[in-house]
Amino acid sequence: MAEPLLAIRDLKTYFVSKHAEVRAVDGIDIDVQKGQIVCIVGESGCGKSMTSLSIMRLVPKPRGKIVNGEILFDGKDLLKLSDREMADMRGSEISMIFQEPMTALNPVLTIGTQISEILIRHRGMNKRQALDKAVEMLKFVGVPRANEIIHEFPHQLSGGLRQRVMIAMAMICEPKLLIADEPTTALDVTIQAQVLELMKKMRDETGTAIIMITHDLGVVADMADHVVVMYAGQVVESVDADTVFEQPKHPYTRALMDSIPSLEEDKDVLYSIPGTVPSAANFPKGCRFAERCPLAQPSCFEKAPELREVAPGHLVRCDLVS
Amino acid sequence: MSQYVLEVKDLKKYFPIRSGVFKRTIGHVRAVDGVSFDVKPGETLGIVGESGCGKSTTGRMIMRLTTPTDGKILIDGKDITHAKGAALRESRRHAQMVFQDPYASLNPKMSVGESIAEPLIVNKVLSRDDAFERAAQLLDTVGLRRTDITRFPHEFSGGQRQRIGIARALALNPKLIVADEAVSALDVSIQSQILNLLMDLKHEFNLAYLFISHNLAVVRHISDRVGVMYLGHMVENGPKSSLYADPLHPYTQALLSAAPEPRRVKRRERIILQGDVPSPANPPTGCPFHTRCPRAMDVCRSQMPKPVMVHPEHWVACHLHG
Repeated sequence: MAEPLLAIRDLKTYFVSKHAEVRAVDGIDIDVQKGQIVCIVGESGCGKSMTSLSIMRLVPKPRGKIVNGEILFDGKDLLKLSDREMADMRGSEISMIFQEPMTALNPVLTIGTQISEILIRHRGMNKRQALDKAVEMLKFVGVPRANEIIHEFPHQLSGGLRQRVMIAMAMICEPKLLIADEPTTALDVTIQAQVLELMKKMRDETGTAIIMITHDLGVVADMADHVVVMYAGQVVESVDADTVFEQPKHPYTRALMDSIPSLEEDKDVLYSIPGTVPSAANFPKGCRFAERCPLAQPSCFEKAPELREVAPGHLVRCDLVS
Repeated sequence: MSQYVLEVKDLKKYFPIRSGVFKRTIGHVRAVDGVSFDVKPGETLGIVGESGCGKSTTGRMIMRLTTPTDGKILIDGKDITHAKGAALRESRRHAQMVFQDPYASLNPKMSVGESIAEPLIVNKVLSRDDAFERAAQLLDTVGLRRTDITRFPHEFSGGQRQRIGIARALALNPKLIVADEAVSALDVSIQSQILNLLMDLKHEFNLAYLFISHNLAVVRHISDRVGVMYLGHMVENGPKSSLYADPLHPYTQALLSAAPEPRRVKRRERIILQGDVPSPANPPTGCPFHTRCPRAMDVCRSQMPKPVMVHPEHWVACHLHG
């Protein structure tokens, strides 16, 4: 396979305080190819959002710290860049969209100002050119009345429109990589369908690779080329999207699939995973899922499993899977 | 004993929009605009719809947390639309509510035992000691430990807090539980635990639920019947098997096709609705859905469709049928 656009190697992001060391991201490896949509799935606290913030180097300071690893983007290690060089990357080469557009947009600046300042900062355009380009971009993402909306403020727009504005801002410099952290979670299903459709169109037309962080397996089935399942700060399964739905191997992935009610078939009783996720300040020494795993053997509690390739391109962190 | 545990007749809630120095009413937000349905003992009615469709306001009116503008609510045959004082307390013995965010709905300064025992003490059902004994039993029923009775809400995880909320709702042996987005804030593995618990309790205590949610798959799993709301109106209502297999209203069809299903096999063509839900302060004339309906006709713009029974117990309010 070609050199990946993004290669995360043994990334560890910890939160350190006097009393505890919280291992939010604990040694993950993820590859993203050019133009690929990679979905990172997992439940609250599995480290998926911290992974995306680590790529952007936006881990909350001073407690949060990337303590180990490499993030190779186009061959360059993002963790070795100066703050200035990283700032040049954000919004230009790598952009991010967030779950709640209202908190990500500046409430006191007009939409036009917010979009155009990116072009002024990264592309050296003057204000007039930047505003024209902003209108063009808003039209492209399907914002009606784009000429008027650039003079409006975020609170005047609906949730779906705000998320379109966010996408327009993120895509205006045609970045090579877009990181979307739960981009549709706050939206209604009919609006979610519109936004997902738009993201696929952007990928098809600009070749931007997308890392999509989500807890919704429905969204994953709709969008992903490749799926990474995270549990307790680690990657537990990584494989192409068809395989993850047809032949999930890790007991956690399988349990997740069995836990969701379906729109199309009747299930009498849903499978439910007993217990809760272990605390990131105090992981067990063996497999982190063992305590909740229906298949756990005594050995699982003793030895932590490694991520292994069980079939070509199919990585699973479980010693019981062959 | 009435045939229905809950009857709702032409229920309306208009919130006044006030403006100016004298706060004169300049218009109304029609949050709920003439909704009728009923729930039999032991039956689960799911209510689905997008934000702003009036589903939560409907639930809050049934609990009389907000007073209806017009219409009637009968709980166990008794009209409680304008009940006050003792009569209202009496009605709440029959109907209890479970909220979305159990952390916000539990008093952080009260122990779990006090929270659960309070309704029993307030309603003078049991003495203080007996109420605490019953609280311990209820914790057992919902899958927590009896000894948790002295602990405080912050010591529990989200899923456990939701169990406490359910235990409190069960305290008075209600016939009806109104659950407003009760599992929406939970991770899938925890969500399935709570759904299974709700279904077990239903069989054990012959409970009826009014289950309000935006998640179509969850509603399908738990409900016997489903009502679909749009912009303050119920547009379709039917047994779940009939409604999911043969959705009649174009809005229900769009909603079902937009919901992402966690499977890779291609399903029926996705209907992507254009635009946003109109403002309930200024609803369109005629059918509320005609502004986004892919099959709108002239009559839809001027006349409000009447409910028509198409299949047994399955009705729809749409000019295409009738």
